[in-house]
Parts: sequence; structure tokens; C-alpha cells
Amino acid sequence: MALLEFKNLSKTYVKDRGQALNNVSFAIEPGKIVGLLGPNGSGKTTLLKLTCGLLVPTSGEVLFNGKAPGAESRAAIALLPDKSYLADWMRVEQILDFFADFFPDFDKARASQLLRELNIDPKQRFKTLSKGNQEKVQLIVVMSRRAQLYLLDEPIGGVDPAARDFIISTILTNYSENSTVMIATHLISDIETILDEVIVINQGNIALQDSVDGIRENRGQSVDQMFREVFSHVSQAA
Amino acid sequence: MKERSKPFMLSFTNDKPIYAQIVDLVELRIVTGVYQPQSKLPSVRDLAMEMGVNPNTMQRALATLETEGFVKSERTSGRFVTDDAALISEKRESLTREKTQDFVQSMRHYGCNDAEIVATVQHFLND
Repeated sequence: MALLEFKNLSKTYVKDRGQALNNVSFAIEPGKIVGLLGPNGSGKTTLLKLTCGLLVPTSGEVLFNGKAPGAESRAAIALLPDKSYLADWMRVEQILDFFADFFPDFDKARASQLLRELNIDPKQRFKTLSKGNQEKVQLIVVMSRRAQLYLLDEPIGGVDPAARDFIISTILTNYSENSTVMIATHLISDIETILDEVIVINQGNIALQDSVDGIRENRGQSVDQMFREVFSHVSQAA
Repeated sequence: MKERSKPFMLSFTNDKPIYAQIVDLVELRIVTGVYQPQSKLPSVRDLAMEMGVNPNTMQRALATLETEGFVKSERTSGRFVTDDAALISEKRESLTREKTQDFVQSMRHYGCNDAEIVATVQHFLND
């Protein structure tokens, strides 16, 4: 059974202003690392928010393990949002306690270990950390949950190449065969090698769903090249 | 928790599937003796981490290497490099032929005649 399924999913934020998602249907199997790729404003964040129940669909449905979003799905889905929602006056160690209180699947020892690897002092207040370290702390707390599904919204947006390597290795180490990771990004070349599958979304529509090696085999080009080609075509047509 | 090995981000080319590039790399490591015949290979997860690739992609690469006979799977104890010396030397030969062919083609492209090619090779052999 698919871990996650979208059936004719549509979302309209403001009536008569067009749809953020337009009749989207696809399924994701367990044990995959999936890239949700699309230019800014294509509907990536909307799709992630609908998945974890932060938004309600205008029509269609989201099914996680065959059920609509609710308490069960929230306990099993770990979301890294595109904007920070952590209280910035908190010390890093308080953030860990906060997560441990909220999520029974939070592995505090693992989070502490990852912080040590990055030399982040748990006594430091979140707001005094550099932007890059703030992003890393957010990723660490999310990936330290033993979730079934990780939803990462632009996890490599503002970090340097070394931090990017750390983030990629964190994703690879912490994901297990039973969990799925969905990464929304437009920085494809940075993460292409860790993806099983890509879903390309454009103006609220699914433009393509294929495996990374499938794209490379069929097109003789990388996912990054394919993406540039597809979207240069779209912008010319528009 | 086990200390993590830092992934060595390999640069993959754009024109070939990633699993196929991993197959090439592992074959090269076998031919050059980085992975000795009959030695145990690192786990899928460790190899995936080292190369910075998806574990499923690594799995596919190893399955291909098994089909080609470079790697053998022991049900409980993991994967081992083949002890088939003929297969390894055959691979070595095809790799060296390929390289030499590329080299000769490039030299001809640069306008060298056969004598010049041989002389150039000789020069570096004497180095």
C-alpha cells in the first residue's frame, strides 16, 4: 500500500484567483527519498502543508496510510517548514525538551549527538545562532524524530557547501527503510544523487513523476538539466 | 551512537544513470586492488554514505555487480568481491584498452602521427 496518496487534490486560497494545486493525483511508496521539484510558487509548500493537515483541501483528498490527516498522521509525520516556528528566545537544549514533550518518537540522544558534531552549544539561545546554524538546528530536531514520513521544505536554502554535505549525510543516516523523505526544493543538482524519485510540479500541476535513473536513462541527461529544459520551455510558452 | 563517516561527495556525470557510474567505480576499485578478491565489501548503507547516494541506488548498483559476477552475496554475512581472477583481469584489459583507445584518438585529433604518439609515450615511460 502506498504510504501517501493524493487523489484529485485541489487547493484554492482566494476564490477566482486561480488554484495553488489543480487536481493533483499521485502516490508515494514507503522507503523512498523523493524530490518535490518546481520553481517558486509552483505549489510545493501547499502540497506539504496539505499532507500534514495544516491546510484543508478545497477538493480531493490526502491519504496517509489510507487515512485522512489527523492525530495519527501528525504523530508519524515530521515537517521541516520553510520558515522557522521555533521560539527564538529558547536555548537549544530547551528546544530539544520541547520536541521530546511533543513527540514520543523524538530521539533526544541522537539530536544531542548531531549538535555535538556541529559544535553547537546546547546552552546557546536560538536567536543568537547564525542563520546557517539555525537552519541546522531545525533540521536536526526534525530528523531526530523516528517518523514514517519526513517532509523537508527547502532544507538547503541558505547553507554553505559544507553544511549541505552535513544535511545530506543527516538525511541519509537518519532515514530508514521504512520511512520516506520528501524534499521540496529548486536546488536540484545539490540533492540529485540521494533521490530515488522526482515529482516535478508546475503551476499547481504534476508535470512528471519518474525515478532519477529513469530520467537519466530515457533522456540521457541529469534531472537538473531536464528541469532547466522543461522550465525554459514553459517560460517561453507563457 | 556510532560516529558517522563523512560522506565523500563524488562528482557524478550528467549523461549516465547514477547506479551505472557506481558500478564503474566499484569495478575500478576491484581492478586496482582497493577491494581485494574475496574481501568483504562495506554495507550498502556505508557505501551509500561514502558516495553520498541513495541506498536504493547503491542496492541496484550492487545487484548489477552481482549479475556481472564481480560481487557475490553470502546470505548472512554480506557481500564479497569475486575470487574469479580471470574475470578481474578481463575487466582490467577492457579498461586499459578503452583508455588507450581514447588516448590514441585524442593524439590523432591533436595531429600527431604514429611515430610521435609512440615517442610521447616513450618519453613518459622513461620519466
